Amino acid sequence: MTSITKPSNSVRELFDAMSYGPAPESDAPVRAWLASHGRRFGHFIDGVFVDPRDGVHFDVLDPGSGAVLAQVAQGSATDVDLAVQAARAAQPAWKALSGHTRARHLYALARAVQRHARALAVLESLDNGKPIRETRDLDIPLVARHLYHHAGWAQLFDSEFAGYAPIGVVGQIIPWNFPLLMLAWKVAPALAAGNTVVLKPAEYTPLTALMFAELVRDAGLPAGVFNLVTGDGATGAALVDHPGVDKIAFTGSTEVGRRIRTVTAGTGKSLSLELGGKSPFLVFADADLDSVVEGVVDAIWFNQGQVCCAGSRLLVQEGIADALTEKLKARMERLRVGSPLDKSIDMGAIVAPVQLTRIRELVAQGVAEGASCWQPTWAEPADGWFYPPTLFTNVAPAATIAQVEIFGPVLVTHSFRTPDEAVQLANNTPYGLAASVWSDDINLALDIAPRLRCGVVWVNSTNLFDASAGFGGYRESGFGREGGREGMWEYVKAVRVPVTTTPYESDAAPVAAPVTHRSAGLPSLDRTPKLYIGGQQARPDSGYSRPVHAQDGRLLGDVGDGNRKDIRNAVEAAHAASAWARKPGHARAQILYYIAENLSARADEFAARLASSSGASAIEGMREVESSISRLFTYAAWADKHDGAVHDVPVRAVSLAMHEPIGVVGVVCPPAPSLLGFISLVAPLVAAGNTVVAVPSESAPLPITDFYSVLDTSDLPGGVINIVTGQADRLARVLAEHDNVDAVWYCGSHHGATAVERASTGNLKQTWTEWTPREWGDPRIGEGREFLRRAIQVKNIWIPYGA
Amino acid sequence: MTSASRPASAPNARPVALHTGAAEAPLTRIPGFDEHPVRNPGTELDLDVVAATHVNRSAVERRAATLPARRTVKKEWQAAWLLRAITCMDLTTLSGDDTAGNVHRLCAKARRPVRDDLLDALGVADLGLTVGAVCVYHAYVETAVRALAGSGIPVAAVSTGFPAGLSPLPQRIAEIQASVDAGAREIDVVITRAHVLRGEWNALYDEVRAFREACGAAHLKTILGVGELATLTNVARASQVAMMAGSDFIKTSTGKEPSNATLPVGLVMVRQIRDYLERSGHVVGFKPAGGIRTAKQSLDWLILVKEELGDRWLRPDLFRFGASGLLTDIERQLEHFVTGRYSAAHRHPMV
Repeated sequence: MTSITKPSNSVRELFDAMSYGPAPESDAPVRAWLASHGRRFGHFIDGVFVDPRDGVHFDVLDPGSGAVLAQVAQGSATDVDLAVQAARAAQPAWKALSGHTRARHLYALARAVQRHARALAVLESLDNGKPIRETRDLDIPLVARHLYHHAGWAQLFDSEFAGYAPIGVVGQIIPWNFPLLMLAWKVAPALAAGNTVVLKPAEYTPLTALMFAELVRDAGLPAGVFNLVTGDGATGAALVDHPGVDKIAFTGSTEVGRRIRTVTAGTGKSLSLELGGKSPFLVFADADLDSVVEGVVDAIWFNQGQVCCAGSRLLVQEGIADALTEKLKARMERLRVGSPLDKSIDMGAIVAPVQLTRIRELVAQGVAEGASCWQPTWAEPADGWFYPPTLFTNVAPAATIAQVEIFGPVLVTHSFRTPDEAVQLANNTPYGLAASVWSDDINLALDIAPRLRCGVVWVNSTNLFDASAGFGGYRESGFGREGGREGMWEYVKAVRVPVTTTPYESDAAPVAAPVTHRSAGLPSLDRTPKLYIGGQQARPDSGYSRPVHAQDGRLLGDVGDGNRKDIRNAVEAAHAASAWARKPGHARAQILYYIAENLSARADEFAARLASSSGASAIEGMREVESSISRLFTYAAWADKHDGAVHDVPVRAVSLAMHEPIGVVGVVCPPAPSLLGFISLVAPLVAAGNTVVAVPSESAPLPITDFYSVLDTSDLPGGVINIVTGQADRLARVLAEHDNVDAVWYCGSHHGATAVERASTGNLKQTWTEWTPREWGDPRIGEGREFLRRAIQVKNIWIPYGA
Repeated sequence: MTSASRPASAPNARPVALHTGAAEAPLTRIPGFDEHPVRNPGTELDLDVVAATHVNRSAVERRAATLPARRTVKKEWQAAWLLRAITCMDLTTLSGDDTAGNVHRLCAKARRPVRDDLLDALGVADLGLTVGAVCVYHAYVETAVRALAGSGIPVAAVSTGFPAGLSPLPQRIAEIQASVDAGAREIDVVITRAHVLRGEWNALYDEVRAFREACGAAHLKTILGVGELATLTNVARASQVAMMAGSDFIKTSTGKEPSNATLPVGLVMVRQIRDYLERSGHVVGFKPAGGIRTAKQSLDWLILVKEELGDRWLRPDLFRFGASGLLTDIERQLEHFVTGRYSAAHRHPMV
C-alpha cells in the first residue's frame, strides 16, 4: 500500500514504481449542495421541508475523516405525529389514483435518481464511508432499478392484485449500511401499492434520503405521500408506537426487530422485518478456487462487511482448506483500504466509531478465545474510521466470532468433511438470511441449496440483488420479502367481503348443567379421547381431563387437558415428521384427498357431533362437514400447484423463487366452527409441506378428537398433524414461546393474539393472528391463496451459468 | 489494532515470494535488453492437474467486469503506466499485403515510439524508450532484424502455419527453425485447436514440446487461439498443458479468430500462470493479443496483471501486448497529459 503514503509524482519514478496513485472523485458539487442548504436540514413532511418542532439538530459525520458534514433534525414524537397525519391525509387520494398514474410518479422518481445518480453516489459515499465504486456501480443503479420495477407493479396493480388493497400508512425504518438502497426497497413497493409512507433513515446516514426528498418534491409527487423524519432510535420508536401507522417495515438489527415485535403485539400493525445474519459461504472441493477468492471478497469485504447478508462464515471442504486460506491471504495482501471517494480502493471506512469499537472488541475476543487471526501486512489509514480485512482460522463453531454478527470485514473459517456436515454447519445458527454455495457440480449445488435454512442462496456467486427477486430471511433474520411479486404482498391486504367486525368471544367453555344419567338400557360405551401426537393417541402429561359441555350445558364428554410438556412432545413429533416437506405435492394431495374420503364416509356421524357440540341443527352440521370436505379438496388441489417462479434478473442466471414450507407451525383454531376452522388452517399448512401442532377449539374439541381416527385411516404419516386439546390460550402461549416452532397461526381473542405476538420474539417466529371471525363457510374468505402464501416462505436461489 | 490481532508471521504468509510486488526494488531497465530471466523448462504432463482445472465462467466474468472499476490510474501515474505499456508492446504487422517497406517503417517506429518533445516534457528522455519487440511473418524476419540492428529490440516471428496451425508438423517445425536461423529471438507458435476441443492433452503436450525444442535459444510464445477453444475451462487446461510443455509465454490469440483478447480470458490465463508457478516454481509470461486498441484497454490489462500476478509481471520480459493500432492512441493520451489538450492521430509519426 505504498500509494497511501504521499507518493512521488515524477513520471520517471512512477515508471519504475508502477504504483497506484490517488484517484479521487470530486465531492465539490455535493458539498455545494450541502452548503446551499446551510448544511442544515429539517424533516420533509407533507411535501415541504420543515424545521423540527423542538428545534433540535444533530451532527452527521464523514467516516472517512470524522468531520461534520451537516446537521439534521432530531425527530420528536410531535414531528412523527405530523408526518403520520400528513401521510394519513394523503393516503385516500393516492390509493384512488389509477395504477397508471402512480406508475408515472414512480417512473419520474426513477428518472430523477438517474439524472442525479452521481450526486447521490458521492453523497452516499461521503455520508456512509463506503467506496464510491460501490455507490456508483451498485447502490444507486439498484435504487433506480427498484423504482422502475415498482413503477411496473403500480401499472399492473389493479389487474395483478385484484381483491387486494393497500395497507394504509406505512412506517419504515432503515439502516445505515445501504441508506438510499434500503429506502428504495421500502418506498417503491409501498407507493406502488397505494400506501403512503413515513420513513425514518438511520441517524448516521440520513443525507441521501434528504436529497431523495428533494427529488420527490421536484418530481411533483403529491404532498404527504412520502414523508421523511430524521432522528435516532427514539424517533424510530415514536414511529413504531404511533397508533396511526398501519404497518411497520424495518431493516436493522435482530435486537431492535425483537423490540418492535414486542411493542406492536396486539396492535394489528402488520410487520415485515429484515434483520441480521451470519451467512455461510460453502466451498466444495471441485469449485473454481480463484473465483471463490473473489466471491469471498464480494461476500465479506463488500461495504466493509457491513452487510446483513455478508458471507461471514467460510465453510470449506477439508482437503482444500489450506490452499484456499493461502489464496485468500495473498488476495487480502492486495486489497486496498482508503478514502471512500478514491476510485482505486476496495474498502472504505467503517460507518461510526461505535461500530469500529465493536469490531475491534469482537476480534480481540476471537483472539482471546484461541482462534488464529490474520491481517495483511499493510496498515490502514489512521485518519477516519478504518479497519483492515481480517481472516480467522482455527475457529470452533462455539466461538463467539463464529456465532455473533460482527458487521465488519471479519471472516471466520471452518472446514467440513461431507456435504451433510456442510449443511449442518451452515444451518447451525439462529439466523437464516443468505448463503453462498460454490461447486462446479450442478448435482451437488442443487442438492445443497434447498437444504439451507435461509431466504437467499447464491450458487457460485454472492451478494447478487435485483428488484425482481425477493430478498428476506428465515428464522431470526426476520420475515417478509422485498422485491418481486413476493415483496409486493407485504404492502397489500385482502379486501374482505362481507366484513365482520365483532371480535371472537373468549373461548370459555359453556357452563355445566347438572349431569343426568339415562337409566334405560345399557350404559353408553365410554370413549375417552387422548391427545394425538406422532400419529398415536397419548395420555395428557398432566393426567387431568377437561369436561366438554354442549351449548345447553349438557356434559358431552372429556378431553385431555394438555400442558406445556404435551406441546413439547408434539413439537418434537412434528420435527421428526419433517420428511413430509420433501414429499411431492402429488403425494401430499393424495393423502388430503384420502382424509376427505374418510371424512365423507363418516359424514353423518360428524354432522351429528357438530350439531350436538355447537347447538346447531343437523343440517348445519352436515353443511360444515361438506364444507370441510370441499376445503380438503381445495388444498389437495393446490398441493401440487402452489409452485414458485423463475425471476427475470438482469444477469445471466436462473433465479428460482422456490416455495418452501416454514417448518413446524403451531395452529390455534378458532372457537367455531370446530371442524371447518381446524381444516381451514391445518389443510393449507399441510398441503404446503409443513407439519403442525394444532390446538382445537377449546369449547368444542370433540369433533377434532373424533377426527384422530380419520387421520389414522388416511395414510397420513405420524407427526404431520399433532393435536393437543386443552386451554387454548395457555397452549397458544407455549407454542408462541417455543423456540423450535417456526410459526404460529392464532384465531381467538384479542388478548390471546397479543400474548402470542409478544411471546413470539424468542426466535422471532412468524405469527398470523386474527381476532375478528371470518365467514369460514364462504370459500372466498375461508380458503385460497392467502392461506397458502402464509404457509410458505420464498427462497430465492440464484444460479449463474456459462461454460 | 492490538498487536495480538496482527501476528508477526503475517509477512511470511505468501506462498511464493514472486507474488510480493510491493516489496520489490524499483525496476529500471533498458528497453529491448530485458531478457527473460529464467526460461520455463516445462514439466512432465500432469493430467491430474488438467482434469482438476475448472473455471466458472460467470464468476470469472464478474471479476473481469469489476476489475477495471476497482482500479484506475490518473495524471502522472497514468502517463507512467502508458509509457510502461509501450515498452511491453509487440509492435505487429501480420497482413497479406506486408512488404519490406512497411516493415521498415514499423521498425523505425519501434525504435522511436514517441515524439522526442513529448518524452522531454515527460522527463523520461533518458529512458531510451522502445517497444518490447517487433512481430512479423517469417518472410520479413531478416528485414526486421536488419532494420533493428543495434537497437536491442528483438524480432518475433509468428510461425507453425499461423494462424490456423494446420500444416504438416515437420513443416511447422522447419518453419520455426527457419525463423530462428533468420534471427528471430521469439517465436509465436499456434497450437492445434482440435487437440484441445477433443481433450487430446498428450498430443497437445507433444506438439508444444516439439516446438520448444525447435526454438532452441529463441523464446517460445504459445498462441492458444482462445476464440476457437469454446470454453474458459478449455482455455485454462490448454494454458496448463502449454506451460508444462515449456512455453515461455502463453498468448491469447492470433488476432485472426472471431474473438480475441478479452479480460475474462486473460484472467483465466494469468491465474493458470500463477498456479503453474506455485506448483513448479517456473515463471511464464503472458501476452494478450488482438483487439487491444486503446490506451484505456492497455491500462486495464496492466491492472489485471498487477492485481493477479504482481508487479514483477509489469515488464516486457514477462508481459507483452500484441498490438498494431494501440501505440497511436497511447501517443495521443501522452500528449494530452503534457499539453492538457486533446490530441489527434496525425500529430504523431505513423508506423
